[in-house]
Amino acid sequence: MENFLDHWGLSLAVFIPLVGAAVMIVVPRAEEELHKVIALVTSLAVLVVSIGVAVYFDFDHTDKLQYVVDHKWIEVINSRYIVGIDGISLPLLLLTALIVPMVVIYSWNHWPDPKNPKAFLILTLVLETGMVGTFVAQDLILFFVFFEVVLLPMYFMIGVWGGEQRLYAAIKFFLFTLFGSALMIVSFLALYFLAKDPSGAPLHTFSMIQLNNAQGIAHSTQLIVFGGMFIGFGIKVPIFPFHTWLPDAHTQAPTQGSVILAAILLKLGTYGFVRVAIPILPDAARSWAPWIALLAVIGIIYGALCCLAQTDMKRLIAFSSVAHMGFVMLGIATLTDFGINAAIMGMVAHGLITGMLFFIAGSVKERFHTLEIKRLGGLLLQAPRLGWILGFCAMASLGLPGLAGFWGEFPALLASYNPAEGLSQPLFRVYMVVGAVGTVFAAGYLLWLLQRIAFGVPRDEWEGHHFHDVELPEWLSWVPLLVLIVAIGIYPNFVFHVTNQAVQAVSNTVHAVAAAK
Amino acid sequence: MSLLAFTAPHIDYHALAPEIILGATLLVVLLVDLASERNRALLGTISGIGLLAAMVPILTLAVDGTDRLVLSGNQAYVVDNFALALKALFLVAGYVVVLLSTNYVAEGDYYEGEYYLLLLTSVLGMVVMASARDLITIFIALETLSIPAYMLATWRKRDPKSNEAGLKYYLMGVFATAIMLYGMSLIFGVTGTTVLRDISTSLTTVGTKPIVTLGIVFCVVGFAFKVSAVPFHTWAPDTYEGAPTPITAFLSVSSKTGGFVAIITLIYVGFYGNHNVWEPMMWALAALTMTVGNLVALRQTNVVRLFAYSSVAQAGYILAPLAVAGELHTAQDSLSAMVIYLVIYAAMNLGAFAVIITVARKTRSAELESFNGLFEYAPGLTLTMTFFLFALAGIPPLAGWFAKFEIFRATANAGTGAGYVLAVLVGVNSVIALFYYARIAQAMWMQPVPDGDRTPVRIPPALTGALAICTIAVIVGGVYPQLVARLGEMAHFALG
Repeated sequence: MENFLDHWGLSLAVFIPLVGAAVMIVVPRAEEELHKVIALVTSLAVLVVSIGVAVYFDFDHTDKLQYVVDHKWIEVINSRYIVGIDGISLPLLLLTALIVPMVVIYSWNHWPDPKNPKAFLILTLVLETGMVGTFVAQDLILFFVFFEVVLLPMYFMIGVWGGEQRLYAAIKFFLFTLFGSALMIVSFLALYFLAKDPSGAPLHTFSMIQLNNAQGIAHSTQLIVFGGMFIGFGIKVPIFPFHTWLPDAHTQAPTQGSVILAAILLKLGTYGFVRVAIPILPDAARSWAPWIALLAVIGIIYGALCCLAQTDMKRLIAFSSVAHMGFVMLGIATLTDFGINAAIMGMVAHGLITGMLFFIAGSVKERFHTLEIKRLGGLLLQAPRLGWILGFCAMASLGLPGLAGFWGEFPALLASYNPAEGLSQPLFRVYMVVGAVGTVFAAGYLLWLLQRIAFGVPRDEWEGHHFHDVELPEWLSWVPLLVLIVAIGIYPNFVFHVTNQAVQAVSNTVHAVAAAK
Repeated sequence: MSLLAFTAPHIDYHALAPEIILGATLLVVLLVDLASERNRALLGTISGIGLLAAMVPILTLAVDGTDRLVLSGNQAYVVDNFALALKALFLVAGYVVVLLSTNYVAEGDYYEGEYYLLLLTSVLGMVVMASARDLITIFIALETLSIPAYMLATWRKRDPKSNEAGLKYYLMGVFATAIMLYGMSLIFGVTGTTVLRDISTSLTTVGTKPIVTLGIVFCVVGFAFKVSAVPFHTWAPDTYEGAPTPITAFLSVSSKTGGFVAIITLIYVGFYGNHNVWEPMMWALAALTMTVGNLVALRQTNVVRLFAYSSVAQAGYILAPLAVAGELHTAQDSLSAMVIYLVIYAAMNLGAFAVIITVARKTRSAELESFNGLFEYAPGLTLTMTFFLFALAGIPPLAGWFAKFEIFRATANAGTGAGYVLAVLVGVNSVIALFYYARIAQAMWMQPVPDGDRTPVRIPPALTGALAICTIAVIVGGVYPQLVARLGEMAHFALG
């Protein structure tokens, strides 16, 4: 079993969804139940494989790349099919493998118009291939291809099943991301041509392993190359000021799309920083870090202020993503092991919590046919369980200790007290203070949201309406997420233990470069 | 040596076999058309078989692998790997165009025999072009491929738009040819030879003279018309819109590729040493062509016109590697990038036109609105069109991404500021292009069906075949690009 997983585990996790999608293409559209079952079985199979991979994962050496498969692919450009995971990829792989089946289960009786489960579920599965593939790819071109594979399904998901402004939101999402990736691919090519081995000969490789701490690139060039990747990943995160696609995409996307977008797609960007940009160009990362951190704290404050101004529940949650991803980016920008650990924790926590919040928003919308905050109120009276779950997730999102969100934000702030060698301490301490103010805002907008939606008495317009409380598919898809939010909150080592060594490898690279100066 | 001492040169018939088979097919089509009224339906099949049969010697020649001269000792007509790769492309693209035409011509009350005859003649011209390494041979190939195309563009002779299309194409084409001939005569005047290889040697001793520069510029400009590079693109939209749609597909793929082959041959074999002349020129042409093509395409509401501008823009991407091809270490990469792009572009664009033709069979229109709600009643067709559109936009995992990537790689490989700027320009243009490709996707997927007509679209077998070939090429080329990349790598000239 272990041997089998060693060779096939990751490739299976990547391509099982495609097989499922291919089967579904053949099944006629009218067989809706069958389509749901195939999609569920497929996504659960990915979950099982991923858990299997996690079980046999060597947790004592999480910095070591495991389950590596290295196979020739495009020889002409020396790009290979290299997959593998370490402690940084594993939590995100598991998160993806978990979220997708939950989305399929949730979809069981929640169909956005115009229905068509066949097409919708096929797109979901193709998305899964792209997401899992990005987290396991160890070759820049392979990474790029998977990174882009998610674009089309998400574009159609928003554009076909989205809200009123869906056409605008869909194309905006697509154009922004594509612009970033065009610059990113030019940066990757620059690495290919410029990186040299110790003897001074060009490497001509896209392998992330070989490019780690790439040598032979002038500092000024490094800054530009890093800049290309910064825009590519930064748009995906999204970092202020590239965030403007996000509120539109989130608000207009169907619930399932919002959940996947928030829980996983945004992490592709932050993961890119930790996996690609920083380890390959640590020196440029040091020069860029203060600016990234600046944009991150602007994002924290700006996102929070926007949240306070929103009148639509989903849009509010979308802006809270900007703020939360700001914390993640702040953690990454400290370039310390402490900060990057916090960032990965932040990604996982944000994936679970904001994913849940979007689920709840979807369920509210389904019951009330509106997300306008001022028309809602008294949810605890109308659907008490739904109301309490909203309360729980709001608490988790604002960073209440004991729940997962806390372990993403607090250590990120703490890390900026003492950033990596060579970064300005006073500057980062200012960022820390500003970020801390952001947490207060977060408590403000989330509690206010809770107060306006869950507390009080229902508006008169809902008199005589009966609202059903949380139903079975909702329970099934939410409970695993809720349990994990608590479990990670109580025992954060669950994640930190996995990531720590791998993160140290990254921060050591940065440290070594700093020491050499 | 007296003139009487002429001895017939040895002719390599194996190397010439594809041209011979095409010529024979052409005659058979003519005779069958003359002999009987009833067998007209066979003409498309005969043409298709002829094109595929011509592939056989190409494969045997490829297996053999040695560069051949058709006339021994004469560098004017060469069958090397570059020629083989492009001949194969012309034949397969020609076959797909025959598939696209079958129902269109049969149902449209057009002259069938003449149609296929002219189509095959044009393909023959292209196949010759791939081997031509001599100014006169290039000129003859150009005329053989162009003159039938002028006539084919006017094939819907009762439609004034089609007449306009052909006339415009003809006038512009002749004008371009005149300029090109003038350029060729200047080059001949300076070097005293028409064989490109000798021109190359001679030009290195002559050095840079204004008259040489003028000659090179004029030669290239002539073909810039053919590939519809800005500012020589003005004929393309009107011609594309007015011509029968299968011919539009043919012009936008095969004829354009023919122009590129000529430019590539002229530059690589003839003018390589004078890269300080053509590099900046290509830089400007590429940058202008992609930017103008894309920006104007944004405003189009007719899908065929949109594709006309899209193919202008695509020509800009293909020209980009030439802007940095002047150094020996970049030359081969640039060449393979262009060949790879041409191959993948053919699959994407022919596929898109196959869908346009199929949809027009029902809607009788090429307006963007006629695609509204296609997903509702033709999901399979919508999916394939989506593949082609996003392949053209360069989104992985569809083949277009690798084509774009190769352009990026070739331009970045130069390591010069100009190269990187061009790469970024290609990147920015890809984003602009996405906008209009996505607009078609949006119409198909996200708009309601106009007037609620949901009768399914009937796809005849020939079009199904064309769609299948292009779809498979676009998917396989994207997932396992090594296949196409091999072709690009193979297609090399011996430089220096």
